Amino acid sequence: MAEPAIELVGIEKRFGAVHANRDIHMRVDKGTIHGIIGENGAGKSTLMSILYGFYQADSGEIRINGIASNIADPNAAIALGIGMVHQHFMLVENFTVLENVMLGVEGAPLLKNGIAKARAELKRLEREYQLDVDPDALIEELPVGLQQRVEILKALYRGAEILVLDEPTGVLTPPEADHLFRILEQLKSQGKTIVLITHKLREIMAVTDNVSVMRQGAVVATRKTAETTVEELAELMVGRRVLLRVQKGEAKPGDVKLSVENLTVRDSRGVVMVDDTSFSVRAGEIVGIAGVAGNGQSQLIETIAGIRAAVSGRVLLDGQLIDITGGADPGELRDRGLAHVPEDRHHMGLVLAFEEYENSILGYHDDPLYLNGPFLDLEAIKSDARKKIEKYDIRPGDPRLKTANFSGGNQQKIVLAREMERDPGVLIIGQPTRGVDVGAIEFIHKRIIEMRDAGKAVLLVSVELDEIRSLSDRILVMFAGRIVGERLSDADEGELGLLMAGVEHQEAAQ
Amino acid sequence: MSQPFAKLPAWADYGLLPLINLIVAFLVAGLVVLLVGESPIDAAVLMVKGAFGSGDGVGYTLYYATNFIFTGLCVAVAFHCGLFNIGGEGQAYIGGLGVTVVGLWLGNFLPWWLTFPIAIAASALVGALWALIPAWLQARRGSHIVITTIMFNFIAASIMVYLLVGALKPAGSQAPETRVFAEGGQLPGLGWLLELVGLSMRSAPLNVSFLLALIAAFLVWILIWRTKLGYEIRTMGFSPKAARYAGIGELRIIIITMMISGALAGMMALNPIMGAQHRMQLDFVAGAGFVGIAVALMGRSHPAGIVLAAILFGMLYQGGAEIAFDMPNISRDMIVIIQGLVILFAGALEHMFRPALQRIFHRLGREKNQSAAAVVAGGNR
Repeated sequence: MAEPAIELVGIEKRFGAVHANRDIHMRVDKGTIHGIIGENGAGKSTLMSILYGFYQADSGEIRINGIASNIADPNAAIALGIGMVHQHFMLVENFTVLENVMLGVEGAPLLKNGIAKARAELKRLEREYQLDVDPDALIEELPVGLQQRVEILKALYRGAEILVLDEPTGVLTPPEADHLFRILEQLKSQGKTIVLITHKLREIMAVTDNVSVMRQGAVVATRKTAETTVEELAELMVGRRVLLRVQKGEAKPGDVKLSVENLTVRDSRGVVMVDDTSFSVRAGEIVGIAGVAGNGQSQLIETIAGIRAAVSGRVLLDGQLIDITGGADPGELRDRGLAHVPEDRHHMGLVLAFEEYENSILGYHDDPLYLNGPFLDLEAIKSDARKKIEKYDIRPGDPRLKTANFSGGNQQKIVLAREMERDPGVLIIGQPTRGVDVGAIEFIHKRIIEMRDAGKAVLLVSVELDEIRSLSDRILVMFAGRIVGERLSDADEGELGLLMAGVEHQEAAQ
Repeated sequence: MSQPFAKLPAWADYGLLPLINLIVAFLVAGLVVLLVGESPIDAAVLMVKGAFGSGDGVGYTLYYATNFIFTGLCVAVAFHCGLFNIGGEGQAYIGGLGVTVVGLWLGNFLPWWLTFPIAIAASALVGALWALIPAWLQARRGSHIVITTIMFNFIAASIMVYLLVGALKPAGSQAPETRVFAEGGQLPGLGWLLELVGLSMRSAPLNVSFLLALIAAFLVWILIWRTKLGYEIRTMGFSPKAARYAGIGELRIIIITMMISGALAGMMALNPIMGAQHRMQLDFVAGAGFVGIAVALMGRSHPAGIVLAAILFGMLYQGGAEIAFDMPNISRDMIVIIQGLVILFAGALEHMFRPALQRIFHRLGREKNQSAAAVVAGGNR
């Protein structure tokens, strides 16, 4: 039998008290697609950073094609034929595809010969793997899916035999993701080895040959994909049984709580981000806005929440107009019963440098409950924070801990506890489970359904189509600032995907 | 991705690291002293003796420290809001106008303990107003506060020169300074305070402004960590987006913070004008506004740290003057070099030794973990 492409033997890595990788053994066979799945903070990214030479393992051995290798930096990894496609693309936006591909391997101070060689090589790669991209297109003008293809080309151009992809589908529409998987199959058939890191179980099932599950820094299981199930993998990831489908009853919609009429919003450069959009949300229903990131969803909810100014249109909360022309006062909207869980938890929903209890009052710090004249009533704030910690099972349960030291899921729970415990009439939630581990996702979804069942109007924005489909009672699809379709929660995924991709919507509606 | 190194314990972060920085600064300063042919040990002894060896030495050290506490607090308050106010120099200078008007006028017929609070209010008000314009320009027009505040330093300097060679100068005098205030415009010294610890102060200008500076430091601590306003200031400083989300008005918070910052700088003028010279002289701020930046950096924008850092810089000023006096090879400029080195290592390069220190703590922590793990493993056997 051939030597495995990658063999990891007893990899250990600690960051201070954090044991990021413990005694990792893993074997990736040549010409296979190997999935690595695990919750956030399970150590997947650390492991791949060690493989790519960003970090050095404290102990253990990496064997590439059977040879023990010391990977001191990414250059050493590239020399060994390891290529990496990062979650966040490392491309120069205002360079062409060709310039990006040859960046760092120009060959000589004068570019003339290098360009000719690179162009020929790019042609060959395109032919061989059907990775067609216009070499003279500017990166900033390419859609995300094609930008990712450039990243893959970059790795292949450098002679990668082993390709590591870190959460590659996070930014893609479902059709783009499918296309990516076809490319990966193609690469596999040409003998390349692929390591796919993801937290999406569906992708693992769809494309991999083998899968390793990581939990708390250790590999807890390795399975042949054909011999395992989604349920088993989820249980291995979390360490207990997980409800993957959200259980919810029938919605009982009541009065209209929030209505948006002909809303138009421009961003700071003057580009129209929300274009003449109208919809409404009633009490006791969840309205989900599906769409690929960057199609105006962020601007839409920020405008409704008073953070951003609109150009024209009206927003009514409980039938009363909100003044959105200069950006409303978010504090006043809170008083009127509108709570907002922002998409950007790190910069908007929380102040990471604050202690937990300080964040538990952000936005509600005007409430006399927390104040003693001009002074903060620290005892009242802390005891209030402790109550929320208990009710939302926020861990570790220490209100004096710095917020940055909480995991993504627990940070999100801090925001949710703050906004939900106010018993708002309308709840706007952006990306409720981005960067949140599976166990916490279940909890957060349950809470959102509970809010609905308590008669709240919930407006949900998420780039995770699965999440939109399992939570929403009605789904609005947003593309290029417009609502291009409305579907019920049992809508066909393929159809939603096409709408999200902006395929002519009359056509899709047939 | 997780942070690559262990977090330092608080005592190392706030105590050990500044201490290492300081030691390195003094070591390099020692080399400079060696270079000009003097003994660094003698110079160090001379400096410490000069600063703390006598009642007058302590008096001068704390007198300088008073200036630096005010300007350090000025910089720190703005820092907490994410604003870099380097206009403390100008705000203090212009604040002198408030003190002078009160001293020249009310000093004639009110006792000092009545003039003092009015002078405090006047200096704070004038300093606050001087900071208001850059604050408004920043909040409304987006003009960068670093640029505007430093330009306002020059404007303040020009105005003060104009006034001190014109309207404020007694007729017939050659010196660019006001007349000496009447008794009601002179603050009492703090000789009695030093006598409590057995020192006697004869000529040093330490005065009740020092106590005011300590009270101001305490009030700033209350403001930043115990009030709603402080909460809003810190939210804005850490994340303007979070502040917008929380409904904290940017315009309002920037203007209030800068006015508090300017008021603290303005109050610095009390110390030299009413406390020491009993008149306003040209350039009485003498760079204290800029030293305040170093003091705030070194004190990590915490009032307790600022008081300690201010006393250190007071020591450098006072002890440095003694060295310049006793060592012929070391001129006044030499002292400025030494102070510069302290600012360089404690301020600009304050994080230089952090990675090394983190590695050491990381290694120590790992050994502890491993020995703990060994104990656990042994127990299981």
